[in-house]
Amino acid sequence: MGDLSRRNFLRGASALGCSLAASPLITPVTLAAAPGENRLVVIILRGAMDGLDVVRPLGDPMLGQYRPRLASRARDESFDLDGFYGMHPALAPLQGLWRDGHLGFAQAVSTPYRDKRSHFDGQDMLEAGTGMDVPISSVRDGWLNRLLQIMPNASSETAFAVGREEMKIVSGPAPVNSWSPDARLDMSPQARLLLDQIYHDDPLFRDTSVEAIEIAESLGVASGDSFGLSKDEMRELIRAQQQAGQAAVLADFAGRRLAEDARIAAFSIGGWDTHRGQERGIRRALDGLSQAILTLKGHLGPHWDRTAIVAVTEFGRTARENGTRGTDHGTAGAMVMAGGAIRGGQVFGKWPGLDEAALYGRRDLMPTGDVRAYPAWLMAGLFGSDAASLQTRVFPGLDLGRDPGLLA
Amino acid sequence: MSFRPDIAAIRFGEGLSPDVAPPTSVEAVMAGLRGPDRAAAAFPIPKFDSLRSKMQEVAELRRNYRRGRDGPDAEKLQDIFRKARGEYNRELLKSFAAGLGRSITTQDGFRERLARFWADHFTVVGKDALTRFAVPHYVEEAIRPHVAGRFEDMLVAVVTHPMMLNYLDQTSSIGPNSQFGRGGKRGLNENLARELLELHTVGVGAAYSQTDVRQMAELLTGLSANLKNGFTFRPRIVEPGAETVLGRSFGGGGPNIGDIHAALKFLATHEATAAHIAQKLATHFVADDPDPALVAAMRDRFLATDGDLAEVYRAMLEHPASWASFGAKVKQPIDFMTSTMRALAAPPAVFERYNRRKLTAYLGGPLAAMGQPWLRPGGPDGWPEEAEAWITPQGLAARLQWAMSAPSVVFRGLPDPRTFLDTALGELADERLAFAAKSAETRREGIGLVLASPAFQRR
Repeated sequence: MGDLSRRNFLRGASALGCSLAASPLITPVTLAAAPGENRLVVIILRGAMDGLDVVRPLGDPMLGQYRPRLASRARDESFDLDGFYGMHPALAPLQGLWRDGHLGFAQAVSTPYRDKRSHFDGQDMLEAGTGMDVPISSVRDGWLNRLLQIMPNASSETAFAVGREEMKIVSGPAPVNSWSPDARLDMSPQARLLLDQIYHDDPLFRDTSVEAIEIAESLGVASGDSFGLSKDEMRELIRAQQQAGQAAVLADFAGRRLAEDARIAAFSIGGWDTHRGQERGIRRALDGLSQAILTLKGHLGPHWDRTAIVAVTEFGRTARENGTRGTDHGTAGAMVMAGGAIRGGQVFGKWPGLDEAALYGRRDLMPTGDVRAYPAWLMAGLFGSDAASLQTRVFPGLDLGRDPGLLA
Repeated sequence: MSFRPDIAAIRFGEGLSPDVAPPTSVEAVMAGLRGPDRAAAAFPIPKFDSLRSKMQEVAELRRNYRRGRDGPDAEKLQDIFRKARGEYNRELLKSFAAGLGRSITTQDGFRERLARFWADHFTVVGKDALTRFAVPHYVEEAIRPHVAGRFEDMLVAVVTHPMMLNYLDQTSSIGPNSQFGRGGKRGLNENLARELLELHTVGVGAAYSQTDVRQMAELLTGLSANLKNGFTFRPRIVEPGAETVLGRSFGGGGPNIGDIHAALKFLATHEATAAHIAQKLATHFVADDPDPALVAAMRDRFLATDGDLAEVYRAMLEHPASWASFGAKVKQPIDFMTSTMRALAAPPAVFERYNRRKLTAYLGGPLAAMGQPWLRPGGPDGWPEEAEAWITPQGLAARLQWAMSAPSVVFRGLPDPRTFLDTALGELADERLAFAAKSAETRREGIGLVLASPAFQRR
């Protein structure tokens, strides 16, 4: 074992039980200048959120006609946003943010994805950030990764993907951390050294294990202990496993990272595919979203004012309710923006109307804006990304359009 | 490259075992598949239909409890209901140990792998408390009997199965102009129709449109299921009139399940389906980006035999590309787990004795941490294939954590790591790994390193 590098040696040493706080030498400290203090959180709402139920166009008389059951009490129970739109009551915990201008929406937006209305293709395109001109299976990286590629001073600490869900939005050549809140790594120093040896010739395993160990150490969840579970530890382990996918737990983890070195975080919230019993289903999903936003705010503290959160979904749902008190896959939908950096208190986007002729395919809300333009403008404002790079590299083929003035 | 016993066992089976010799030829693999299902006989998993009376019972007790929730007997009713539900779940959870027992002991590992492949191709998730753990029982009933049969038979069994009808909302889809739907209260749901085209048969790349999906949804009306009767065909909810799917017209002569069967058979033997299934099989078994010649050979065999799956597998096993580039695939977490226990020859009885807590702590939780929560794929498209989707920092950390800890937790008396290396990988082990197995400080970590090695993680 003559080729032990210094890093390997240090990594081995760190497993001897030194606490990380007490060992600044071996913590993977990034010496490069951090990419500023602004923060961007992207939440993928998987399953197609019904934008018409979240940001309800109460001023459009067709809503009640299309949704006799779903929208029957919409006028009474919604939180009035601007006289035309009303917010779903499950987002009530965010009313204060709206009043402070820290919560906003965009309505009638979509990715360029059209017609087949498949969750998987829709999510792939949302995360790839490309248009219909590129076969989706040929895209190997996601738009947050391409943002990192053009960000000066971005390091492997800059972006964090949180949770067990695969996040294609961050995948690509720029290094990104990813971790699930319940993961640990316990191995003896000797085993780590040997692992380096057997992973030496396999780039995927080698690079990923280096990352895994670095992340586990930086989070203080690595040890050189022998593995053995007491009853209490087992109970704790099971509890952590069960909660690991919850929106608030993901946001808690993301918030902690953002309060330290991370400037970009991404995670998913599922549960939006409300083909039936939408009243109950969407309430549960919106609860998770509002908890996630408030949890992030709690951790960010003074950084909240330099933070933008954007929650996007693969497509909207049908204008009409279906036969099972739900809605089917549609086209345009809504997005949610929050954070102290946002110029909130308004619903962005052009309302296309719900007249049958105004619908997309006489069925879905017509897209009047490109969902990608919003994160693009946020990146321009938060990270100084230039328009040319945004329209060609991060979101190839995107027309940025006029500045909607998203940032305060 | 051509057939090799060790690669056959690892790439097309459950891996090497100290107790079971690997297959010796393509013919031997095929003979195993054609023969009786010995693994299922040794480790039975009840078929879904046999669970129905128990399901009804639990549902009835739940109703009683809910009705009496505010009455004087509330506590007693709750106890009775909870006890019955607990018993029911314990019964269903036995399928985890049974599945593991099959993987550890089988002579016919290809069958186990195929059963998992097709269960993934026809992914369902139990959406309520009663069906949450009933997926293996659906697989036992609708998929396993057909893994070496005709694709169309499997397709019909799956698409008419209560679990699939429930998962993709077909049970609540009503023809808007049917006798039942004319009141206008309830209507069509496209979910199953869409996935049937996109995932199950012709594939998302095929030439179909929203109109085809809609027509398919209208054609599928009538398929239904309930606890009392299981699968039912309900003429009163069938959308009247003929429907055209991919240019072919079906039905029009009044409600008839034969029209749906005809459409499923048409789709099952469609050219695009042959290409889609060939691509998926090759991607699952051989490489994330399989040799187009291999895929073409499998597609052609599919078309030549009208979807005789055994013949499609044979085309795969006979193709040189299937034996080249060993290691191109990374094992999915469940495969990593089963091949570990098989290489260790862990006694299946150990797992049969586990209660739910141990099952979660030692197997279920780690599986989820590796990115593959048991019976909980993210959507109807099932689990991803690409190595990069699994070997992420947290996914690999979970594999390492489990490799280092689980073998000593689940059974006593670990083998010498050097012997284990030979058992688990034979000639596929390299020098570095032999050195690591020899140099580890403890048996536990030596075994862990062998399991964590690319040679064992890949196939």
